[in-house]
Amino acid sequence: MSGFLKSSIGRKIAMALSAFFLMFFLLQHFAINMLSVFSPEAFNEVSYFMGNNPLVQYGLQPVLLFGVIFHFVMGFILEIKNKKAQGVAYAKNNGAANSSWVSRNMIYTGVTILLFMIFHFNDFWVPEIVEKYVEGKSQVGKDFHAHVAHMFENPIRVVVYVLAFVFLALHLLHGFTSAFQSMGGTAGRKKVLQNIGKAYSIIIPLGFIIIAIYHHFNHH
Amino acid sequence: MSGKGMNLTLKIWRQKDAQSTGKMETYKVNDISEHMSFLEMMDVLNEQLIASGDEPVAFDHDCREGICGMCSMYINGEAHGPDRGVTTCQLHMRMFKDGDTITIEPFRAAAFPVIKDLVVDRTSFERIQQAGGYISVNTSGNTQDANATPISKHDADEAMDAATCIGCGACVATCKNSSAMLFVGAKVSQYALLPQGQVEAADRVKNMVAQMDLEGFGNCTNTGACEVECPKGISLDNIARMNRELIKAQVK
Ligand code: HEM
Ligand code: SF4
Ligand code: FES
Repeated sequence: MSGFLKSSIGRKIAMALSAFFLMFFLLQHFAINMLSVFSPEAFNEVSYFMGNNPLVQYGLQPVLLFGVIFHFVMGFILEIKNKKAQGVAYAKNNGAANSSWVSRNMIYTGVTILLFMIFHFNDFWVPEIVEKYVEGKSQVGKDFHAHVAHMFENPIRVVVYVLAFVFLALHLLHGFTSAFQSMGGTAGRKKVLQNIGKAYSIIIPLGFIIIAIYHHFNHH
Repeated sequence: MSGKGMNLTLKIWRQKDAQSTGKMETYKVNDISEHMSFLEMMDVLNEQLIASGDEPVAFDHDCREGICGMCSMYINGEAHGPDRGVTTCQLHMRMFKDGDTITIEPFRAAAFPVIKDLVVDRTSFERIQQAGGYISVNTSGNTQDANATPISKHDADEAMDAATCIGCGACVATCKNSSAMLFVGAKVSQYALLPQGQVEAADRVKNMVAQMDLEGFGNCTNTGACEVECPKGISLDNIARMNRELIKAQVK
């Protein structure tokens, strides 16, 4: 299997697998966040569960962290290898004639997402971990919803989140169907899946944007 | 014809040999007929250069009818120029207009080093072919007729489509990652679809991909640029098939 990851195609397949995992996680994250808009009580309950259930904390959370790290590290490895494969740069290159901007700039949209994720982890994940595992505080009865609403009082944070999700949408507009192709499927080239990909890439990030803006205008 | 043709400015990559660092040079050609092929226009330039005692521009060509894959050139930012489904020898000057400036560069990729001017070394493709792009057939005198093996129309058609790849390297030249996956995908596919290719299928894909990596080609990001620029319309589906073949070879 380690030999497989040394092959160009093996790496691409691993890249796509990690991407599928991230896209699935994003759906789940989206569903939970939506609760914060429609039902603060349900949001608090699910947040407590996700933050304190041992299976989630010690089972799924490490898998997620591994998935994220694997994806961006592999992204960088591929980018470095691809740069090395190029010869002298063309004096004139008309990339737009044969490919989409989003497909040619996955590394830049990806790096933007990575920067955002550092910011985002620092906002929510690190304080959570410190509270639970360093300070050893109980989260029973914690008002997660109020914390979220408070965080989005800051307009700068809202702007950062909105921009980050625009970049995520751009990343996914190519990535969604690309992942099927990497896995050796041709489904990603069919109209149906292209449309599903477009819907996913626009609706999910847009949803996150709406949630951030909603909390900005609805904090009490 | 005289007086009605196009006057063009050409910016061409000149490089003495593999060791030299080249640079872009500017030339003028006049009275170019729109019916000429791009290579004929290059011939006009070269005659002009020879007449004035200068070194003609070296470029690859052979059949001049779109079947050998020798002609290369990156023209105005695209492999084989702005037209679709053609090689440079099939590109007509009617794609350009009087007064145009045309930028002409060699195919670029670390695995395609420049030999001279617009000529690049594409033997890396040959080494990939040698790594597995063949079938072992008994040629001892009682060779079976290939037609004796029934093959579905669908598979035969797809194998034939893949086999139309002429190994020109436009896919690599176009790819932002200098990936050779369209070429290798086509070469793997043309056998993967046929019964004769099954015997060595697993080794073939493993060895050809390994050689492709060894030659220093990049990884596919599925931008699809190769498929657009390929003169033979080789489909991206062939890359997906190669990936499937490699997964299959792994579990075998
Ligand atoms: C953490 C920061 C991230 C970085 C640096 C990053 C980087 C990249 C890069 C460079 C590629 C293209 C790889 C290639 O050349 O084929 C890629 C592909 C992809 N990424 Fe990301 N990415 C990040 C986060 C994400 C996230 C959060 C998601 C989804 C929720 C995602 C989904 C995808 C998908 C679906 C693909 C296509 C996979 C394929 O072509 O097989 N990425 N990423
Ligand atoms: S796949 Fe197309 S572009 Fe690539 S070498 Fe074959 S014919 Fe040329
Ligand atoms: S010279 Fe043979 S394809 Fe152009």
